[in-house]
Amino acid sequence: MIKLVKKINWMTLLVPVISVILGLLCGAVIMLVIGYNPILAYQSIVESIFLQPYYTGETIRAMIPLVLAGLAVAFAFRTGLFNIGVEGQLMAGWLASVACAIVFGHLPRVILLPLSVLAGGAAGALWGYIPGLLKAKFKVHEVISTIMMNYIALYTTAYIIKNFLYTEGERTPTIPAAASLASPFLANLTQGSRLHWGFIVAIIAVVAMWFILWKTTKGYELRAVGFSPDASQYAGMNVSRNIILSLTISGIFAGLGGAMEGLGTYQYMTINSTFTGIGFNGIAVALLGLNTPIGVVLSGALFAGLQTGGLTMQSNAGVPVELIQIIIALIIFFVGSGYVIKWAMGRLTRKGHK
Amino acid sequence: MGDGPSNEKGAQIMSLFEVLTIIVPSTLLTAAPLIFTSLGGVFTERSGVVNIGLEGLMGVGAFTAAVSTLGLEHAGLGDASPWIAILFAAIAGGIFALIHAVVSITFRADQTVSGVALNFLAAGLTIFLVKMIYEGKGQTPYITHNIDKINIPLLSKIPVIGPIFFQQVTYTSYLAIFVSILVWYIIFKTPFGLRLRSVGEHPAAADTLGINVIRMRYIGVVLSGVFGGIGGAVYLVTITSNYNVSTIAGQGFLALAALVFGKWHPIGAMGASLFFGFAQALSITSQQIPYLDRLPSVIMLTAPYVLTLIVLTGFVGRAEAPKADGVPYIKGQR
Repeated sequence: MIKLVKKINWMTLLVPVISVILGLLCGAVIMLVIGYNPILAYQSIVESIFLQPYYTGETIRAMIPLVLAGLAVAFAFRTGLFNIGVEGQLMAGWLASVACAIVFGHLPRVILLPLSVLAGGAAGALWGYIPGLLKAKFKVHEVISTIMMNYIALYTTAYIIKNFLYTEGERTPTIPAAASLASPFLANLTQGSRLHWGFIVAIIAVVAMWFILWKTTKGYELRAVGFSPDASQYAGMNVSRNIILSLTISGIFAGLGGAMEGLGTYQYMTINSTFTGIGFNGIAVALLGLNTPIGVVLSGALFAGLQTGGLTMQSNAGVPVELIQIIIALIIFFVGSGYVIKWAMGRLTRKGHK
Repeated sequence: MGDGPSNEKGAQIMSLFEVLTIIVPSTLLTAAPLIFTSLGGVFTERSGVVNIGLEGLMGVGAFTAAVSTLGLEHAGLGDASPWIAILFAAIAGGIFALIHAVVSITFRADQTVSGVALNFLAAGLTIFLVKMIYEGKGQTPYITHNIDKINIPLLSKIPVIGPIFFQQVTYTSYLAIFVSILVWYIIFKTPFGLRLRSVGEHPAAADTLGINVIRMRYIGVVLSGVFGGIGGAVYLVTITSNYNVSTIAGQGFLALAALVFGKWHPIGAMGASLFFGFAQALSITSQQIPYLDRLPSVIMLTAPYVLTLIVLTGFVGRAEAPKADGVPYIKGQR
């Protein structure tokens, strides 16, 4: 029995690892076919991330919103919900945090900074609550409703910035220093990268997800609803309320991700005509991380590293940075096709026994 | 001075007519790509496969249309280039959708996950290829032979109706409306359509009756690629004229919304697309129109999405997806 459990865990871990390897291999094949040097390309990614402090800093910086977006997707997944609306929740959180920082700019740092971070979380929560409510009360599928909410967020944030918080350069004014997460210390440490204190928020969020889902009764209920809504209903759990709660908490994570961009990386928000992409990347992060907090951190690190290193790959090996996006897409396809990978591995191991 | 009021009234009637001659052609123009793409959505979702990847399929279509129009122009095909390019885009879209079919039907991956990956792949791959083909530039050159807005012969001469509906329009808009009636006929009046719908509603029952569920779903998904490709191509050759990162920014998701708003029905999807096209046309032209210029454009921009949400809540007649939409079919499993 113990052996069986161990084998299953090993197998589930195998799918993401094999997917990443296959994804990178496919990327290498594409490069070979076109006439690039894949070894030089991957080497430049690895070297820049691990040997150049600037790129290390930028990788960790990119990880912060990516991990939070990944947590948002993973948390909803655990309740059996597919939150494609992270993108919109993130934008809502981004704008709310920046707006709060600007409007209450006169407050001291001890109050203003936490308040702005919370404002971001609250806006994300609201943007998650609405699809949750629609799902619980009217059985509106969350995939459709969250996509709609994304576009409502995209146009609404642009409208609010344009009419109420506009400054030159198609963006909001820069937030006051009292609300900023940026740190000259961290920037110096990493040779001028935009690394900021937001990583602490990300770490707290990772622990919070683990704690809520696996250490509280409510978390047990949320996971139970994810496993089987009917059984949970029969056991006396309020499925509707858990659906709303799950998407709201998911929205908080996403909103915090936006706040990190607003208060940390950029210190303002631009008028976006298209999405940031962080929310959609969060889906990839959550899937590859098997919807576990630690997995989200690891896959967040991988994708952040690939994206940051992709820039040096472009300059050193001449490979367009879009290749990274292709590799990430392939990895999602492979992880999604986990059934086939498991089946193939099962076949191989069975042959080995005979 | 006594005839002041009647003059004013005359001016208002004139302006309403003028407003219509601006808005209706603009609506038809923006709706055409949405109609094609949402019809693709009808095929795939009626067969029981959710396709979030419509956005990516439009991207592939638009990219293919840009590259092949440029190539065909170079080969000297002139005005025929964009039309042939639309055909190429349909083929490219169909092939690209095959990835979604293999991964979500044969490999039984979550259909939403596969669709998301499809969008990623399309965005990355098309720009990657643009950089390969056009020496590192992030966008294609502009095509010189668009499908232009024209006055349709004879019909445009009809008083009142002519200037509103048949002047400054593209043939693709009317082709789109015609095709949606054709799709309605195929889905609701032919044996093939019945089989497609049965596979989306109750695959096990369809299988018992000898319908090849897997094959029907493959056809549904590939057709969504064909139509999505056409949609993207039409968007390119009638509206944007070149392909870059932001060419297809949300059009596919808007088509998905139209599909839902149209309650998974071809004519409904067409109507919804026209309505969304109308909302977009209003948001662009409202500055020129009296009274509307005071309304914030954000209301027009978000209207399609807000209305889709309202329709889904069931206040305006319930929208029901096909029963087995999004559920992989595994033989022998209840």
